[in-house]
Amino acid sequence: MDSGNIAWLLTSASLVLLMTPGLAFFYGGMSRGKSVLNMMMMSFGAMAVGVLAWITFGFSISAGDTMGDIIGNPMYDFGLIDTLEGGDAMAIISAGFGATFAIITVALISGSVADRMKFGSWLLFAFLWVILVYAPVSHWVWGDGFAALLGPDGPWFGSLPGPYDFAGGTVVHINAGVAGLVMALLLGVRKGFGKEPMRPHNLPFVMLGAALLWFGWFGFNAGSAFAADGFAATAWVNTTVATGIAILGWILVEKIRDGKATSLGAASGVVAGLVAITPACASLDPIGAAIVGFLAGALSALAVGLKYKFGYDDSLDVVGVHLVSGLWGTLAIGLLANGTINGDAGLFYGGGITLFGVQAAAAGVTIVYSAIATLIIGLLIKYTIGLRVSEEVEVSGIDLAEHGETAYEEAK
Amino acid sequence: MKLVTAIIQPHRTDEVRAALEAAGVKGVTVSEAAGYGRQKGHTEVYRGAEYTVDLVPKTRLEVLVDDADAATVTEAIVSAAQTGKIGDGKVWTVPVDDVARVRTGEHGADAL
Repeated sequence: MDSGNIAWLLTSASLVLLMTPGLAFFYGGMSRGKSVLNMMMMSFGAMAVGVLAWITFGFSISAGDTMGDIIGNPMYDFGLIDTLEGGDAMAIISAGFGATFAIITVALISGSVADRMKFGSWLLFAFLWVILVYAPVSHWVWGDGFAALLGPDGPWFGSLPGPYDFAGGTVVHINAGVAGLVMALLLGVRKGFGKEPMRPHNLPFVMLGAALLWFGWFGFNAGSAFAADGFAATAWVNTTVATGIAILGWILVEKIRDGKATSLGAASGVVAGLVAITPACASLDPIGAAIVGFLAGALSALAVGLKYKFGYDDSLDVVGVHLVSGLWGTLAIGLLANGTINGDAGLFYGGGITLFGVQAAAAGVTIVYSAIATLIIGLLIKYTIGLRVSEEVEVSGIDLAEHGETAYEEAK
Repeated sequence: MKLVTAIIQPHRTDEVRAALEAAGVKGVTVSEAAGYGRQKGHTEVYRGAEYTVDLVPKTRLEVLVDDADAATVTEAIVSAAQTGKIGDGKVWTVPVDDVARVRTGEHGADAL
């Protein structure tokens, strides 16, 4: 028994779980004062139903024996009983580590539905989404031991180079980003969207949230090595480099476009950088990581304006940050993978264009599946218990109507 | 008796309070206010989206004084609050019919 690796994975799982309350602060600060509790409750709710979804069918579909190279056997280990009875510490904490990923991924989507989704509908959505969307996609990328379906040398891409997704560019960020877009479209825009100011009510919360996310993300990326080894250390260094420089990318765009570098921009740059380096953290050298981070910050800073142009109310920019930077990080492996550090080299490091194509295909598969499956779940809820609160509730504030509480004495 | 009301820049509050004390004023009521004059509001940008903030934060001070002191108190406030920039605020005086001190029940100038 390798106690070093086990200790690191126990630590990593704890760090990743901290990301979700961190996200509650990040999103909560960005929302309006009259809906901050609901915003934070969506993250805490994701922890509640996320673990339930994981121990029932999520873990089995994600990590169970593959059925036809599509999903893991849903009855593989109901309740994680076999895993725990087996007594293998690495297997047990790996199952726990997986739960923390499922929770943060579905929690990310809540940024798209701010201020207007019924809390019960959110809980049902999160439960179904973990089982039907997160678990299958994670099975493709990481499931079935070392022969991941959508991984290098897996059955889907055979002997082609890649695809690589070390910690979840496809499974977590592209997946959540697409789901956020679908839910924003299904729910419709908030009353006053694009007309009334909906300014973030507490920017220090946003920065606190970004700090907690960054800290937790070390478990996410370096923990994805499943060992306290060179890959973990590489992932740690690249994560730090890309994230720091992503701040610069975001605030530079702001300085040029808007005239000022903002704290919201810096906090957003942190998350964009973390997102982009997630799939690539074990494939790049720090120069590659710096390029990925800088462009992630800049691209996401530009992408957050798209919702006004196209008229979808992705309230807290899940699409602009997670889909755009997740896509960029996943594709960047095809361009900037070092080749000596891990696996195949990218285009600019002497590899061919094939790796880029394979990365794009892996991203494309995730986008298509996430869009269709999320749409089905969303429609199912919309036409049964309903998705959206009444206009009256939305205007007076969802906190009081859905939770019977207000965060502040006078909340606008 | 007069009621002197001042709307000033919040960052001048301490200076004005000190000036009032120096002018012998025994009490003042301070509240947070919001509004606009010729200064108008300002714009804020969040993730590239521009918001116009119509009302800017101000501090409101109210002082009850003897008729004879009203001009001195007004001057003290104006000179302490002045920065010379647009948005410095306003001070006005209105007559007061009566004042009662709650603790003792005194009325008029005795209650000041």
